[in-house]
Amino acid sequence: MATAMNDTTAAAEPVDLLAKFDPIIQTREQLLAAGVEDPFNLVMEQVLSPTRAICNGRDTILLGTYNYMGMTFDPDVIAAGKAAMEDFGAGTTGSRVLNGTFRDHRDVEAALREFYGMDHAMVFSTGYQANLGVISTLAGKGDYIILDIDSHASIWDGCAMGNAEVVPFKHNDVEALEKRLKRIPEGAGKLVVLEGVYSMMGDVAPLQEMVRISKAHGAMVLVDEAHSMGFIGAHGRGVAEEQGVIDDVDFIIGTFSKSVGTVGGFCVSNHPKFEVMRLVCRPYVFTAALPPAVMASSATSIRKLMHGGNKRAHLWENSRTLHKGLIELGFQLGTETPQSAIIAVMMPDLEKGAMMWEALLKEGLYVNLARPPATPAGMTLLRCSLCAEHTAEQVQTILGMFERAGKAIGII
Amino acid sequence: MPSNESTNAMTPADVDAKIRTLIEPFNKKGIAIEDATTFAGDLEFDSLTVMDFVAEIEDEFDVIISMNQQAEIENWGQLVAAVHKLQDS
Repeated sequence: MATAMNDTTAAAEPVDLLAKFDPIIQTREQLLAAGVEDPFNLVMEQVLSPTRAICNGRDTILLGTYNYMGMTFDPDVIAAGKAAMEDFGAGTTGSRVLNGTFRDHRDVEAALREFYGMDHAMVFSTGYQANLGVISTLAGKGDYIILDIDSHASIWDGCAMGNAEVVPFKHNDVEALEKRLKRIPEGAGKLVVLEGVYSMMGDVAPLQEMVRISKAHGAMVLVDEAHSMGFIGAHGRGVAEEQGVIDDVDFIIGTFSKSVGTVGGFCVSNHPKFEVMRLVCRPYVFTAALPPAVMASSATSIRKLMHGGNKRAHLWENSRTLHKGLIELGFQLGTETPQSAIIAVMMPDLEKGAMMWEALLKEGLYVNLARPPATPAGMTLLRCSLCAEHTAEQVQTILGMFERAGKAIGII
Repeated sequence: MPSNESTNAMTPADVDAKIRTLIEPFNKKGIAIEDATTFAGDLEFDSLTVMDFVAEIEDEFDVIISMNQQAEIENWGQLVAAVHKLQDS
């Protein structure tokens, strides 16, 4: 790449640090050159309800927002946030351990303790930071983290940030987990990291067996229940509750950005020494606390989720109806049965996936286009997440949209 | 660690031979493997293939090869040396 300037100067050739991303830039350009609307640049110009928005100028049904319980427009949730903003201002401008703990930060932690029936709750600025902070702080040099290979990026990044030995096992494979636990040197600290619902395929983990085996080998267990809070388990505490092992789980990680309908992350635990985490967990200490409005809205939402029985029943109805309907239309799904509020529709490849995504958007339906590296085994998926506020009619409308788009693109 | 020669201790050549049979199903293009053969480059292993291959080795030798250790292993020679050391300890 000689230019007139290089010719006249002896300066070293600069290395473009962004050059390593050229293949990604190319893939994206190819996709857009095919005339597809950019799947990663969608704008919601107006949000009309938890299930409807104006997206790129079109009235669109939302089927990919993780807004499982539809709390984003709950009048009580909005009122609590408004009041807190009036009374406490727009932001905290500080860390939780300095000037960033307001009344409502304490209150949302109280709401979490009530919701989970646990002794301790710690709120982070996002779910990502909760995993990053808790995992990297718990497992240090010489300790072992044993985790499912399909774990969320925030879990992997928590592993990368710490100094522990990282040992992955095959997705949801109880035997693979047990073999690895057996081989870990005696006396080493062990943290087993699992998820209740895996967000790409919407499948549930065999926590009952996995937690039992982990405990039998002296490991501590952390379960990320981001995609189950509010509607799985008798109290909506997640898959660990549903499978009867929540009392043996040492740490539950969760988020406010799904069922709670706001933003933020948390960890709840019964460990007697848990509070020390506030002093030693860097992603908790070295970041600004969430705004008071978010905390007040979240606390109200969490307490309402404790009494959301009817909404939960309707969410499950929606999930079953959509799953059954898509199978009948001939789509290939990530799970044989509806296991959660996520339904993954398998696409033959990225190109067809992007075309299908666009066809659905033009029909007036938003779903997530998920592709590697976020997806397992290089798959392209159209990931649908249902909401308790989707009406039965909307689910039928959605099925009609899938049928027309799928036939137009030639997938069914 | 005392170096009392156990009768069933494997030599590096034994380890090499054993892993050579394990890698066969993963070496789809039948690439000739030498000490300098790299997994990511020459054999084009993606992360899932690495996981499955590592699991085979771990089960065969009853060892753990953590991701941290895997990060240090780029080629065949390094893998054989690492497994020999692990199963010997």
